[in-house]
Amino acid sequence: MVEKILQKYSHAGRDSLIPILQEIQDSIGYLSEESIEMLSTHLNLASSKIYGLATFYNQFRFKAKGKCHIQVCHGTACHLLGAVTIIEQIEKQLLVKVGQTTRNGNFSLEVVSCMGACAHSPVIQVNGVFRSHLTEATFKELLEELIETYRTVNK
Amino acid sequence: MESGNTILNATSLVNRIRGVKETENLSDIDDYISRLKREKLTKTVVLVGVTTSSVAAGAIETKSAIENYIAERELDIDIVEVGSNGLCSFEPLMDVQIPGKSRIVFRNVKANDVPFILDGTLNNYLPPDNVVGQYRSQLHQPWMGIPFLDEIAFFKGQSRDILALSGIISPASIEEYIAFGGYSAFTMAISRLTLEDVCNTIEKSGLRGRGGGGFNTGQKWKMALAETANQKYFVCNADESDPGAFMHRLMMESNPHQIIEGIAIASYAIGASKAYLYTRNRYSITVQRLENAIQQAYNAGLLGHNILDSGFSLEIILRKGPGAYVCGEETALISSLEGKRGAPTLKPPFPTQKGLFGKPTVVNNVETIANIPLILRKGAENFALKGTEKSKGTKLFSVSGKVNITCLVEVPLGVSISTLVELAQGVPKGRKLKAIQMGGPSGGCTVPEKMNTPIDFETLKAEGLAMGSGGITVLDDTVCIIDTIKFFINFIQYESCGKCIPCREGSRRMYEILESITRRPVNDEGHNTLERFKGIILLESLAEVMRDTSLCGLGQTAPNPVLSALKSFREEFEEHIFDRKCAASVCRNLRTFYIDVDKCTGCSACAKKCPTNAIIGTPRSPYFVVEEKCIGCGVCETTCKFGAVFFK
Ligand SMILES: Cc1cc2nc3c(=O)[nH]c(=O)nc-3n(C[C@H](O)[C@H](O)[C@H](O)COP(=O)(O)O)c2cc1C
Repeated sequence: MVEKILQKYSHAGRDSLIPILQEIQDSIGYLSEESIEMLSTHLNLASSKIYGLATFYNQFRFKAKGKCHIQVCHGTACHLLGAVTIIEQIEKQLLVKVGQTTRNGNFSLEVVSCMGACAHSPVIQVNGVFRSHLTEATFKELLEELIETYRTVNK
Repeated sequence: MESGNTILNATSLVNRIRGVKETENLSDIDDYISRLKREKLTKTVVLVGVTTSSVAAGAIETKSAIENYIAERELDIDIVEVGSNGLCSFEPLMDVQIPGKSRIVFRNVKANDVPFILDGTLNNYLPPDNVVGQYRSQLHQPWMGIPFLDEIAFFKGQSRDILALSGIISPASIEEYIAFGGYSAFTMAISRLTLEDVCNTIEKSGLRGRGGGGFNTGQKWKMALAETANQKYFVCNADESDPGAFMHRLMMESNPHQIIEGIAIASYAIGASKAYLYTRNRYSITVQRLENAIQQAYNAGLLGHNILDSGFSLEIILRKGPGAYVCGEETALISSLEGKRGAPTLKPPFPTQKGLFGKPTVVNNVETIANIPLILRKGAENFALKGTEKSKGTKLFSVSGKVNITCLVEVPLGVSISTLVELAQGVPKGRKLKAIQMGGPSGGCTVPEKMNTPIDFETLKAEGLAMGSGGITVLDDTVCIIDTIKFFINFIQYESCGKCIPCREGSRRMYEILESITRRPVNDEGHNTLERFKGIILLESLAEVMRDTSLCGLGQTAPNPVLSALKSFREEFEEHIFDRKCAASVCRNLRTFYIDVDKCTGCSACAKKCPTNAIIGTPRSPYFVVEEKCIGCGVCETTCKFGAVFFK
């Protein structure tokens, strides 16, 4: 897959670096070491430079997402309505840390600076699906549901 | 769209506005235009607002429910996706227009409300709980007893120019945009105006940059125009990244062609043949609508080589910013476009002299750009009618936080801050307005007594506030100011690019000082409290150093929230430090825990876990928390299986 993307950018310069990385991440879900090596050869640019760039930006990840990828909005409105508690509870109950994926590959957690849905805060996204207006009760229910679902997935 | 033998499309519309005689019958085209404007309908149309915001409220599900409703009953009804009218808290929003009747707007239409509302509406009964109002139109018969939108306080209090078509037209249709007068300014400019003409008109209008700086846009363009270079670039800064601000996202999603037309005019005016539109990768709906709009403009011959035989060529490239707050700063944005880390560079040289790839470049905020087509179409004088002496025109604001209606509004510059709070219908019932935070992490907060301050660039600056990009957060008495500014400083220290030391280290230290006063010291011997108060005094001098010595606006403005809070809410700081109390009970480490004697079973689990041995008692009878020893960590609360631990 990565080869195909690189072929598309056959005469690319440095300014295409970000779009290429984005395409790679879109297709394989993260930036693997191999893909960065390939890109480094392709652009004739040291891989350290590519890492230097990629680690600067929030979008890029270097580990695969979990089967269940949770994104929590931490914009101002969500902060006022308890985003910190939501993040803490997810960390505690799903045993996953911000920016990481659990070892069994079930859960990964990402904190996002603002999703732009301030009218419906606090909001989170579970595998891209919004859960909005979370209350203590609906959030608790959601966590239980997730734990239940992914426990069965593991078996 | 077929009409006789010819196919009517965007190209025929473009020909119409240019006055080019084509084979098509003019009246056919006018008929087509009135259908695009939904003045004349042949069948009922249901319009759903689909935006980043409404999707979170379930707009996709609502849309499927409408599709199912229509399919099940085999009805001949069109469904159209539109943008947002600004009433975000009322999402999902659904409009219905029946031929001959006025278009009506419904609020909070969840998927399972769809059958009931449509059943009613199609049979002339409007469920009152969901009706917002109806559009006013001479051509349609109004519904009885339903208010017109322009009579409703929310719309009446606004002055909607940039948002005139938001929520009304389909963002996926270039034809609708053209039918409402779109692209006429651009085609007029490239066929009849010189580059200087355009720059002059914009300068005369008094338009100032909406990205925060407030620099006169026409003057900026002239600086780039005056440079000689074989290539110039135009960059539209749509990397809206202040937390809690969403106005530009909604504006772009609701009417993307307005931005494309604005970019095209701006590029023409400065002599750029290549333009970049930089928005965030995360905003997937925004990205998708902009991509579609650019493609449609190419297809209609409004972009590309030798546009409409004018000799002007333009390529617009959409770049998806990979997410870094500092990339909103223009020189950092340019570095990012060049494929580098988004670190700012020293100015001068200014981008207008040496910008993208070393060439003269104009960077403009996306809202600045949205104004351009309107100024050319209606004239500089018309634009200058609104606003104040030095701050002309209108401004978008997103109002969120502790308000009844989180919304996107457009008001003339110079209105008071309280106008915005009123449009959002104030704080929730029973609560008291405490402060208004403006300008995101680089802005400041103001108290209710100052609510009559007019919103214009100079006054806000004098008050220690900032326009920023227009995100307003309203805080009520359940909010702790210290916690809120700690949130902003935490954001800044995380987003600081690390290139210059004052910003990188300063924001970090600032966060630590705030953290230390929102936490109970484990032991409070000696001059601990005094030391913490010294932190506050040092905050002020630290803020000064950051403001004076940071490389870019990020570090220079980072202390603003802290300084303005210190000014208005000093008692709250002192309360946190000396009394170790957070009146709003938000700073969790300042809470004191108590044990409910009726619920405690005396299992002693909490006492064993307590890190400071603050819980005492004898097994099998209720335990007790020694207030002086409690550090508010909350371990007891999470340990207790009986819900006996609570805090005040
Ligand atoms: C830290 C920082 C963040 C900024 N973020 C944005 C932004 O998100 N959008 C924007 O248009 N301008 C932003 N700016 C301002 C830009 O540097 C620049 O002044 C602006 O894009 C110029 O456009 P204008 O003249 O149309 O306002 C930011 C500046 C700083 C210092």
